[in-house]
Amino acid sequence: MTFEYAPAPESRAVVDIAPSYGLFIDGEFVEATDGKVFKTVSPSTEEVLSEVALAGQEDVDRAVRAARRAFQKWSALPGSERAKYLFRIARIIQERSRELAVLETLDNGKPIKETRDADLPLVAAHFFYYAGWADKLDHAGYGANPRPLGVAGQVIPWNFPLLMLAWKIAPALATGNTVVLKPAETTPLSALFFADICRQAGLPRGVVNIIPGYGDTGAALVGHPDVNKVAFTGSTAVGKGIARSVAGTNKKVTLELGGKGANIVFDDAPIDQAVEGIVTGIFFNQGQVCCAGSRLLVQESIQDELLDALKRRLSTLRLGDPLDKNTDIGAINSAEQLARIKAVADTGEAEGAERWSAPCELPSSGYWFAPTLFTNVTQAHTVARDEIFGPVLSVLSFRTPDEAVAKANNTQYGLSAGIWTEKGSRILAVANKLRAGVVWANTFNKFDPTSPFGGYKESGYGREGGRHGLEAYLDV
Amino acid sequence: MSESTDVKQSDAKQSDAKQSDARRLSVFKTYKLYVGGKFPRSESGRVYEVQDSKGTWLANAPLSSRKDARDAVVAARKAFGPWSGATAYNRGQILYRIAEMLEGRRDQFVRDVADAEGLSKSRAAAVVDAAVDRWVWYAGWTDKIAQIAGGGNPVAGPYFNLSTPEPTGVVAVVAPQDSSFLGLVSVLAPVIATGNTTVVVASEKSPLPALTLGEVLATSDLPGGVVNILTGRAAEIAPSLAAHQDVNAIDLTGAGAGTDLARDLEIAAADNLKRVLRPSSATDWTAPQGTERLTAFLETKTVWHPTGSLGASGSAY
Repeated sequence: MTFEYAPAPESRAVVDIAPSYGLFIDGEFVEATDGKVFKTVSPSTEEVLSEVALAGQEDVDRAVRAARRAFQKWSALPGSERAKYLFRIARIIQERSRELAVLETLDNGKPIKETRDADLPLVAAHFFYYAGWADKLDHAGYGANPRPLGVAGQVIPWNFPLLMLAWKIAPALATGNTVVLKPAETTPLSALFFADICRQAGLPRGVVNIIPGYGDTGAALVGHPDVNKVAFTGSTAVGKGIARSVAGTNKKVTLELGGKGANIVFDDAPIDQAVEGIVTGIFFNQGQVCCAGSRLLVQESIQDELLDALKRRLSTLRLGDPLDKNTDIGAINSAEQLARIKAVADTGEAEGAERWSAPCELPSSGYWFAPTLFTNVTQAHTVARDEIFGPVLSVLSFRTPDEAVAKANNTQYGLSAGIWTEKGSRILAVANKLRAGVVWANTFNKFDPTSPFGGYKESGYGREGGRHGLEAYLDV
Repeated sequence: MSESTDVKQSDAKQSDAKQSDARRLSVFKTYKLYVGGKFPRSESGRVYEVQDSKGTWLANAPLSSRKDARDAVVAARKAFGPWSGATAYNRGQILYRIAEMLEGRRDQFVRDVADAEGLSKSRAAAVVDAAVDRWVWYAGWTDKIAQIAGGGNPVAGPYFNLSTPEPTGVVAVVAPQDSSFLGLVSVLAPVIATGNTTVVVASEKSPLPALTLGEVLATSDLPGGVVNILTGRAAEIAPSLAAHQDVNAIDLTGAGAGTDLARDLEIAAADNLKRVLRPSSATDWTAPQGTERLTAFLETKTVWHPTGSLGASGSAY
């Protein structure tokens, strides 16, 4: 069955992207010291969106000094005053959410229905949540009058640019720290728009500094001697490098890294709901999600039935213009990421796994990858072990709950997992045995500012969100 | 104290003192490691000389090898499932049992600690009493920490959402060098209270109280492998533990703040992203402890489940 849809694009007119942006340091947009710039493109069309200043070592130093200068006053403010700044920011984000959603979709390539219905509401909620903590820290369980750490150096990824910014900046400011944040090189724009929101909110200069750049800018920030706190979300390999580089210092570190989440479907699960959950688990944001349910573990007795239903469902997913409100699958974020996904998928085939891709036409320009699944996958296959960070699902089967748990835990990662069964005691027993920081039972990929998020094992350490998320920014 | 011999051993000292005529030769204890619930010698066959604060020979302690460290990790991993799966109440009773057993051997530990740290008998007694009390304190934490560190989260949607702390796994502990007993207990008890298992590198200079503690642990219903005690050179054993891929976390307290060893261990630990508790300078082990050492080796697991939406039709029940 085919459904015909007329195009229903969201208007680009709500967002005004300037031809160039500077670094945001000490409350002002400034050029990079050495004048370097880089281009950011729309991954769905390869159109250049803007030219952005590229922060070098000296700019990192300037930004850290600005944050240090701002720290004394900001941390000395009554918590109730810091709270009001954050509430202002939350409200302005709500007001400007359509503009920011369109901007994020343009710069990142993800569907507008996701930026509009997931990213932006969560961004505003995160600031609103942590705003309320700023004057209640005495009650957070870390003793009376817990102190901030100082200057936080924060490096965020491109998969949820503004949401990751919110996860980093909201708790940092609520607890009285000042920040220097480096957005990812492929998605710098929403962070620079956030700088304008800070201006509108009247945030004191230097409290938030935004310095776009590549990995070496991030390394310079993490390695800066006057940074007291390092928060990183990104790959496990880079996370390990950061853990090494801060060894022997007093820098407090939180790392949110990779994952290879198991989505476990038992034979009594409602198949249609499970199929929706599997799709949400791995095809949300084109699978470019650290907590994606990228390994489907299905009980052997229902494997054929489930895979038939899953393939039928995948065939109805609409891939294309991310600004179209009917689009389910947007563009891959960059040419580099697309090349990585292709390479791992090719390895999967070469190693003998069976590849199936949803029949869909890929646009001629931009970076695209059709929803893909691999069957006949063993635990030794690369597609079952490595984080692909793309719309690729590896299917493995199991017979007993014990086998499901053993396979789910057979990974260096430990970020997320899913359980699909109607049996309550099985949910609790399996959830108890899974070594993962977030377990979704009969649902997947749900997020909330009150809910701590973070991994076991090589998925990193520390938690973001909830009361737990405060600890990372307090001297406790 | 008997002057009849310049060779003494803490166990034997008191009986030596009674035997002023030195008619009876005391029985020395062979100090051995505590690994997997057993008391092996170092597989290397090596020992090193342990002296009291005045330089008098106390005993030979096993000089553990890297192989001993790996064996201890295997034992700790094997014990992790059952110990982390035991009820918190059960773990609390076992930690309390350790305090009971320790209290019963108080005199022996007072002698051990006095010799090891050069303390007067009364000061050593105060240290041992504090160590017993510390086990009691942590025994009470086992079934309370989850309510302090976890709880329900009021998410904005029809979901039940619960965060629960869980033990990190196998934790390597470099025990304090100077406070060979109270310091050891203060770093050990919080690690195992929450369900972790551990490999401890005892104070290099004063390893005997740790080895005697192994004898207490072995008779306190603590399952074998939950605590594994190694003695020897921290600089030799700890790097193996820091780099071991089946160790989940490392407490660097005994490596010393600002030392090259602490930094190198932290670098090695990054290989599989171990949770690292860095050493802090000059800890007063007699001071009351907080929950930091408990939470340092806990993971937070958050479980979501839909709640459905009864009453959506407007019924107020």
